[in-house]
Amino acid sequence: MPIHYYLFLSMALFSIGIMGTLMRRNAIIIFMCIELMLNAVNLLLVAFSKMYVDTSAQIFVFFIMVVAAAEVAVGLAVIVMMYRKVHSVDINILNRLKH
Amino acid sequence: MGSFTQLVYLVPLFPLLGFLINGLGWKKIPKSAGGIIGSLAVLASLVISIGIFFEVRTAAAPVTITLFNFIQSGKLQIPFAFQVDALSSLFLLIITGIGFLIHVYSTSYMHEDKGMTKFFAYLNLFVFSMLLLVLGANYLIMFIGWEGVGLCSYLLIGFWFKNRDYTNAAKKAFIMNRIGDLGFLVGMLMILLNYGTLSYQEFFGTLKSGAVLVPTTTYNWIAICLFIGAMGKSAQIPLYTWLPDAMAGPTPVSALIHAATMVTAGVYMIARSNVLYDLAPMAQNLVAIIGVATALLAATIALYQNDIKKVLAYSTVSQLGFMFLALGVGAYTTGVFHVMTHAFFKALLFLGAGSVIHAMGGEQDITRMGGLSKKLPITFITFLIGVLAISGFPFTSGFISKDEILLAAYAHNPIYFWVATFTAVLTAVYMFRLLFLVFFGGFRGTEHQAHHLHESPWAITLPLIILAALSLIGGFVQIPALYGGHDFLNDFLAKAGIPAFSNESDPALHTKEYMMLGGTIIGLLIIFFATRKLFAVKQFGGEYKGFRKVLANKWYVDEIYDAIIVRPLDMFSDLLDRFAERMGIDGVVNGVGKTVRWGSDRIRLLQNGQVGFYIFVMVLGMVLLFALGFFWIKITI
Repeated sequence: MPIHYYLFLSMALFSIGIMGTLMRRNAIIIFMCIELMLNAVNLLLVAFSKMYVDTSAQIFVFFIMVVAAAEVAVGLAVIVMMYRKVHSVDINILNRLKH
Repeated sequence: MGSFTQLVYLVPLFPLLGFLINGLGWKKIPKSAGGIIGSLAVLASLVISIGIFFEVRTAAAPVTITLFNFIQSGKLQIPFAFQVDALSSLFLLIITGIGFLIHVYSTSYMHEDKGMTKFFAYLNLFVFSMLLLVLGANYLIMFIGWEGVGLCSYLLIGFWFKNRDYTNAAKKAFIMNRIGDLGFLVGMLMILLNYGTLSYQEFFGTLKSGAVLVPTTTYNWIAICLFIGAMGKSAQIPLYTWLPDAMAGPTPVSALIHAATMVTAGVYMIARSNVLYDLAPMAQNLVAIIGVATALLAATIALYQNDIKKVLAYSTVSQLGFMFLALGVGAYTTGVFHVMTHAFFKALLFLGAGSVIHAMGGEQDITRMGGLSKKLPITFITFLIGVLAISGFPFTSGFISKDEILLAAYAHNPIYFWVATFTAVLTAVYMFRLLFLVFFGGFRGTEHQAHHLHESPWAITLPLIILAALSLIGGFVQIPALYGGHDFLNDFLAKAGIPAFSNESDPALHTKEYMMLGGTIIGLLIIFFATRKLFAVKQFGGEYKGFRKVLANKWYVDEIYDAIIVRPLDMFSDLLDRFAERMGIDGVVNGVGKTVRWGSDRIRLLQNGQVGFYIFVMVLGMVLLFALGFFWIKITI
């Protein structure tokens, strides 16, 4: 399969991630979009690794997956706490930090 | 080197210990214990000083005792060393001897005062600094002592600090001394620059051998700079006005610091630097001229002062002028001799005045005294002896030393002689005026004061009696050969390399000496009867008019200084305050604050609390970074 298929797919995923992050207000959706961006990058890394027959890129992928898992644990905990406090996961309610 | 000389470091150490004990515990230590500690510390120093004095008499050469290395930097080496020779041992005796008597006196005089222990701490610190000043083996140690006595003078003048006039007098003394000290410092640095050493032995050795060639102007400048230091400390024109104001301090302080010891530090310094002054004729002439002018000016002012301590203060300035005249005409031992005799009779007069003030309940105005001779017999007799000594009554100590100064002045320049003789006549006039106003005529004080008049206790009268005896016979160490005596002091000081004025060879001077003896007796008799008629009166007082008013107002010197120095300086400071300080510096500082405030007021709008906005800015930033990186690579490749 030519490499640009992977490139287009990865680009599409990344763009969806960015747009989702910027436009949605639900904290969980934003969170999922961030994960989507991470996975877009992972996909790209694996594709190029295959193309250049160089496995070191795949090591990075594992790293990113591990870190992403940790990040999910923290992020979900934050969102749970936020829901307990304000009974909502809408980020626009969180503007009290302003004052 | 004798065993006492080895122990010389103990001499300043005892007063330092006394200062530490009294100074650290002045709130806890009872008054009487503080007085005893202070007096014992000085007594211990006196005992060692006497031992050192007798060892120096038999020793051949000056001894330098190095305690430790004080400053070491490259080739420059300044050790913390003491020099024990005839000059320093003589000063040790004067300082600790008279210092001890005044400490004993103070135990009674200051008994009513709450801060008596503190007072003794200061006195001990003063004695320590003064001993350091005369013991140092180089100019730097002398300078440390020099500054120390200045500090103590400030502390003690302002001892009764609740009175604003007194603290002002203290500040005036300190500032005027600082002006002089600057001269001393510059002189020291010039010596260091030209000779690379501050040690007396090395410096004078180089001067004598002529190993380092410098032009005479350099000698003159060094000598003049050192003399400026002496002007400040020893109250000479133009820096003399602090000394009369310094009478704000307690009377024992006036006696010890502002009559007997500290103010003679300048004389000591020039006598010590005699080798330098012999090479600097211009500076030497300046010393003589300033000395004789100060003597005359102060004596004229003393004629019309009504404060008992002010009269004595101006008389001190005048006598210091005599000493500088002696130094200026090259009679160094004579100057030192007059320091010694003056220390006796002036300390006596001040302590006597203190006894009178004590009896009068703090009154210092002589127009409100009178007829005290019956009520205070011991004070009267000792005061009379002091007056006779300072006026130069034949064969008292003052006569012999002043006689020598006048002869030395005559041998140098008759003009000095005539001015100094006239000043000596004025001295007798104002001293007898003081004597008659205080002790004769009718009592002019209040009923209350008359009721409380009493002779002082033994702690006050005993020092008076001892000092009176010294004032009478203290001159016998230096009886002119004419009267069958011998110049013991000259021989003694010659060991320290201090040249004496010799009058043995000149028969013309002998005739002068006889004439002076006769003239003195006749003159004193005339002055005695004239002043008795004028001042031994029932009523005295009233305004002075005409020229007498000018003299009573001290030639308006304070006012002139105020107009030409103090006020322009105040105006200049005011100007700087208004423009440089408030507009310049404050403007910059406040401007920085305002800019930061204004800027943050704008920037804080960015923090609007919208999480979506933050994410948007973050993404925008990332895109920008990527773009920048992309173009950066493009450009560099």
